[in-house]
Amino acid sequence: MNRRKLIWTGIALIAVALLLLPFALSYAGTAWVRIANFAMLYVLLALGLNIVVGFAGLLDLGYIAFYAVGAYVYALLASPQFGLHLPFWVILPIGAATAALFGVLLGAPTLKLRGDYLAIVTLGFGEIVRIFLNNLSQPVNITRGPQGIAGIDPVRVASVDFSRSDNVLGVVVSGPMKYYYLLLLLLLAIVLINVRLQNSRIGRAWEAIREDEVAARAMGIDTTGMKLLAFAMGASFGGVGGGMFAAMQGFISPESFVLVESVMVVSMVVLGGMGNIAGVILGALLLAFVPEILRWTVEPVQQALFGKMLVEPEVIRMLIFGLALVLVMLFRPAGLLPSAVRKRELTHDRTT
Amino acid sequence: MDIFVQQLINGLTLGAVYAVVALGYTMVYGIIQLINFAHGELVMIGAMVAFTVINLLAAAGMPPLAVVLIGAACAVPVCMLVGYLMERLAYRPLRQAPRLAPLITAIGVSIVLQHLAMLVWSRNVLAFPQIIPLTTYSFAGAIVTGVQLTILGLCFAMMAGLALLVYRTRLGTAMRATAQNPQVARLMGVDVNRVIAATFIIGAGLGAVAGVMFGTYYGVAQYTMGSVLGLKAFAAAVLGGIGNVPGAMVGGLVLGVVEALGAGYIGDLTDLCRYGPLADALGEHCADGGHFVLFGSNYQDVFAFVVLILVLVFRPSGLLGERVGDRA
Repeated sequence: MNRRKLIWTGIALIAVALLLLPFALSYAGTAWVRIANFAMLYVLLALGLNIVVGFAGLLDLGYIAFYAVGAYVYALLASPQFGLHLPFWVILPIGAATAALFGVLLGAPTLKLRGDYLAIVTLGFGEIVRIFLNNLSQPVNITRGPQGIAGIDPVRVASVDFSRSDNVLGVVVSGPMKYYYLLLLLLLAIVLINVRLQNSRIGRAWEAIREDEVAARAMGIDTTGMKLLAFAMGASFGGVGGGMFAAMQGFISPESFVLVESVMVVSMVVLGGMGNIAGVILGALLLAFVPEILRWTVEPVQQALFGKMLVEPEVIRMLIFGLALVLVMLFRPAGLLPSAVRKRELTHDRTT
Repeated sequence: MDIFVQQLINGLTLGAVYAVVALGYTMVYGIIQLINFAHGELVMIGAMVAFTVINLLAAAGMPPLAVVLIGAACAVPVCMLVGYLMERLAYRPLRQAPRLAPLITAIGVSIVLQHLAMLVWSRNVLAFPQIIPLTTYSFAGAIVTGVQLTILGLCFAMMAGLALLVYRTRLGTAMRATAQNPQVARLMGVDVNRVIAATFIIGAGLGAVAGVMFGTYYGVAQYTMGSVLGLKAFAAAVLGGIGNVPGAMVGGLVLGVVEALGAGYIGDLTDLCRYGPLADALGEHCADGGHFVLFGSNYQDVFAFVVLILVLVFRPSGLLGERVGDRA
């Protein structure tokens, strides 16, 4: 009884903190609210990928392609490119559905393959999508190629424009703050979906497939169908994330959807702990804030030590990602916050 | 027709390089079932080391051929060392782990190597000095350069050498035994760890030479060159049947030719103005000999991936492979 009370108090405190966070951040500068927004976007992506990698055990190295699909759907349906300006609550589901369709398109022919092949094929798929985005400016100009699409509409709900500041009861609510609350809402929904999925019939089926596909099939699980479902669901989260990205940025180009981004999201899931929702959130937040922390520390430290900048923060960031992947796999294969099942699985010696 | 022969020759040259890189993938995969994601980075490091050495020596005014040879001779041991360290530090501890663990580690190794290379050689595209005099020969209406001939010759020599090593020496026998069953090989007195390390080292050496050839052929090198080249070589290895040494050679050559012919012809083939009724429908676009090209040669990089997906879907064991893609 007492323990339960404690948990609820904890949740309430976190909720209040999350609600007040943007105000605290905006004292430090609106830039920090934006940084928090991007961190949340990464959490969203990582949770989407967690369904594919963590729950179903399918390593997807082209996840950013679905993010790109979502972003481009948003950009094409709400920008001067085709003169369309649909509202965001219409586009976001379309983006999610299109991304899911792409997920199925990719998954259907390849899901019968073993894990490591799938990883490479998804990687290739991610590259194909990027190459197409880069080149679909000819013969008919769809994506504007490497130039990217600018002037994308911000989110508008009724008369509230998310790109502007508003005065609510004497309190200034800036554009990024509105996006913060929208993302928080989305995130809450996605965490709920994740939690419910994990403990559902579907979640258990995924777990069974991850542990032993042959045994799962023998138990009557439609393994291909279930894997497709995981792919489609993960992809649709990516699509939603992409839509939000396009709306927040107002500009997108193929450069935002390179392989490195896929690897980054994979790193978040792996570092945090595949299959564990809290772990994945932690991993995403850690890695999302690393570049910001580096930006504030690397340059001054190097200036002080050597009098000039020797190593760019971007390079250090990538080195940290790479090392994190290697070291986590070597010393803590189940991640920082391991899920119970996954831990057993990853530390268990294979006897084949 | 001339264009066809020309593209065929270009494709074969490129394909021979893919084949040599693919050998590295396929040997490692055959022996420990690991997709060594970082193999492409070894190729890149080979090209970069050679670039540095060649630049230094060319300034000293040595004969061009010797310069390139010394460059390659320096690149090979460096890559072998990196390949060995990679296996020893990152993959060996994970040999008993589930399959995804070493694959994720390999991605990490690849990122680390790429960015270390960037620190050493900067993020710019480095121009290989064009020191080898451009000699050309004409052949069936197409032009073959001396560099192309050298690359083709070297690749075939290396493939032959590797085939000899794998099928005719004690080490080769040990490698094949380990690939079939590491436990039993160990019981038969094979030092499995040494054999696996040797496999990585040989693959890395081949990769280094491939990097030098790639660099001299295109005249440029960059720290990112390894990833796409590596992916294509992996596609070639899968096409030939992963784990299968002759398969990687065939796969590489086929992929190179497909890519060159594909890039050469896709623009014409997808020019909708060539197709009567469609041309009428497109009207003004096709007037005055205009073109309406759906896919141009800028889609060249897509071919490898399309081939990869098609092979995995329709013939997962590859052209020559006995292994099955979904082997549990």
